[in-house]
Amino acid sequence: MTDILNALVILANFIFVPAMAYGSQLALGALGITMVYSILRFSNFAHGELMSFGAMTTILVTWALQSSDISLGIFPTALLAIPVAILVTVVLAVAIDKSVYQYYRKIRAEPVTLLIVSIGVMFFLSGLVRFIIGPKDQVFTDGQRFIMKARAFKQMTGLNEGLAIKMTQGITVVTAFVLVAVVFWFLNKTRTGKSMRAYSDNEDLALLSGINPERVVLITWVITAALAAVAGTLYGLDKSYKPFTYLSLLLPIFSAAIVGGVGNPLGAIAGGFVIAFSELTITFAYKKVLTYLLPESMAPDTLMQLLSTDYKIALSFVILVIVLIFKPTGLFSGKTI
Amino acid sequence: MKKTLMALAASSLLAAPALAEDVKLGIILGFTGPIESLTPDMAAGAEMAIAEVNAGGNFMGGHTISSVRGDSTCIDAAAASAAAERLITADKVSGIMGADCSGVTTAILQNVAMANGVVMVSPSATSPALSTLEDNDLFFRTAPSDARQGQIVAEMLMEKGYSSAAMSYVNNDYGKGLADSIQSNFESMGGSITISASHEDGKGDYGAEVAALAQAGGDILIVAGYLDQGGKGIIQGSLDAGAFDIFFLPDGMIGDSLGEAIGPDLDGSIGSLPGTDSPGAAKFGSLAEAAGFAAGPFAAESYDAAALIILAMQAAGSTDSQVYKNSMMGVANAPGEKIYPGELAKGIKYLRQGLSIDYVGASAVELVGGGESAGNYAEILVDGGKMTTVGYR
Repeated sequence: MTDILNALVILANFIFVPAMAYGSQLALGALGITMVYSILRFSNFAHGELMSFGAMTTILVTWALQSSDISLGIFPTALLAIPVAILVTVVLAVAIDKSVYQYYRKIRAEPVTLLIVSIGVMFFLSGLVRFIIGPKDQVFTDGQRFIMKARAFKQMTGLNEGLAIKMTQGITVVTAFVLVAVVFWFLNKTRTGKSMRAYSDNEDLALLSGINPERVVLITWVITAALAAVAGTLYGLDKSYKPFTYLSLLLPIFSAAIVGGVGNPLGAIAGGFVIAFSELTITFAYKKVLTYLLPESMAPDTLMQLLSTDYKIALSFVILVIVLIFKPTGLFSGKTI
Repeated sequence: MKKTLMALAASSLLAAPALAEDVKLGIILGFTGPIESLTPDMAAGAEMAIAEVNAGGNFMGGHTISSVRGDSTCIDAAAASAAAERLITADKVSGIMGADCSGVTTAILQNVAMANGVVMVSPSATSPALSTLEDNDLFFRTAPSDARQGQIVAEMLMEKGYSSAAMSYVNNDYGKGLADSIQSNFESMGGSITISASHEDGKGDYGAEVAALAQAGGDILIVAGYLDQGGKGIIQGSLDAGAFDIFFLPDGMIGDSLGEAIGPDLDGSIGSLPGTDSPGAAKFGSLAEAAGFAAGPFAAESYDAAALIILAMQAAGSTDSQVYKNSMMGVANAPGEKIYPGELAKGIKYLRQGLSIDYVGASAVELVGGGESAGNYAEILVDGGKMTTVGYR
């Protein structure tokens, strides 16, 4: 019995807990990509840098709070700073829309043109972030670090294996769920949300029924920027903030959005978790788990790893290719790209 | 009239060597990319050497030196080659201080420096492959090869009583070269490497890597990566999951930002860094402080790399790479007057008098083999969140 428990604790500690946190971060990012894709009809490559900008604003506000001795006790001070960061990021996103994207909407540019414009915006934002906060690593997590420490868990349960849950992992998962619930409620229950869905479904029909397109676009950017600011901050809290990583984060976020079905909010969430869980389960070395579960004579002496972690990055692409071959609209029937 | 013209022409020809010229030195480092937090100090080190020589005023009869920066990106070979190409063909640099990471250094050397015949001195490319690469005698480095570091790491592990180790390396020329060298040395001394897996830099999440390393187990985790990048992610992840408590940190992982980021949990970990207890290192430290930058990792080697190029030009009396490349070993090694940081003007004076010098510099430069540093290493112990040097070997 203890053997089975030990094996389960290993799986929880090294797969379930990290994958839940990473999956939530990917899901929030993918939700932002999907919103822009379904309503503004282009792939927004600047989303990663928008997250970076949001996280940067949180850090600056956190520093200000810390220097005036305001803290949240066991929770990170950054939680207090997030609302300000959301506000600043929303203002930036709307300003970019008014000064850049609006023009391309007016001339009815092709989606691919908008995509390339968004790459330009991405470079601008990444430069802006480095200009303000610099390229270096910033650690801004404070408060209590762990909800559960590996060693404390071992003492508490008497098991051989430890289970560690970080405070930031807990906050990430809870915040992501609350935020996703709010976005879904907004899209499905409010009048504005419904008009956004109508606009996404058929632009011309929506216009005929008197929906103001500029208002829909504005609200889309507000939601997207808010999601980006929160996702960026959660990510920076959990790992650490470094401008460079947000560029490479774009890749798994896009695969998450496409796997789930781009344009479908539910798909974005599912896609995030599919990518996170598959990265961890397929590259995991099951040696210890099997040693606990199997009789001694059958205990493996190799690592029992399906795929070396070297191929971790290729994995999200493999999943992407498989999904696109068998279900081109993604798991949750989004739009075809 | 004709005679006057002739005389003028002749006199201008005679005067030519004494005319103050501007010699350009290229500085190619990864100002963007995975080691972008180290490179500002490295470039500042090289530029300090140039400023010192300019202040001395005697370089090749009053020439001044100016630097032109290029971005190697550390990882993108095409971008790095393009930057080097621009420095050589458009800015007409006479030598290159760089590049930094082993992969782009190899690319620049093979695609640009050899094609144009320009000397390159890298302060930080440590891949063993660069020792044997065909270089027309144009490539030098003030950093030692990782073949040497692998041996040092294995010796340190054995002496501290670690007989099994897991290893994670950054997936590039530096990480792979170092990991192979550590593994072969450690195993030949009787140790065992339970797993040697690569990680990519700049990734969002290292949960999968940490999980595999933890399952393989071992007394210590060797992290042959970069401190601002995946290396830190691996360490943080291992500590958080309770997978490893003690880490071995090779040179790419040494820097104060790691201690600041991880905190006291890192205490007890050990590491190695090219370094020396020669008086030059301390002197460079105070010079750097006065100039307003930190003598961080590879800043000393960068200073030395720039200084070596300048001194070799002076010794050869030429800024032509094909000529002064032959003077590099001479100014770097004994015999001769020892030259420390802050004494470049003295070195130039000696060379002008036809005396020989032995440039020691900030990192105890001693070029061996095909022109690479012999390799002095400092033993690092993390104590109280700070990297402290406990010995040299």
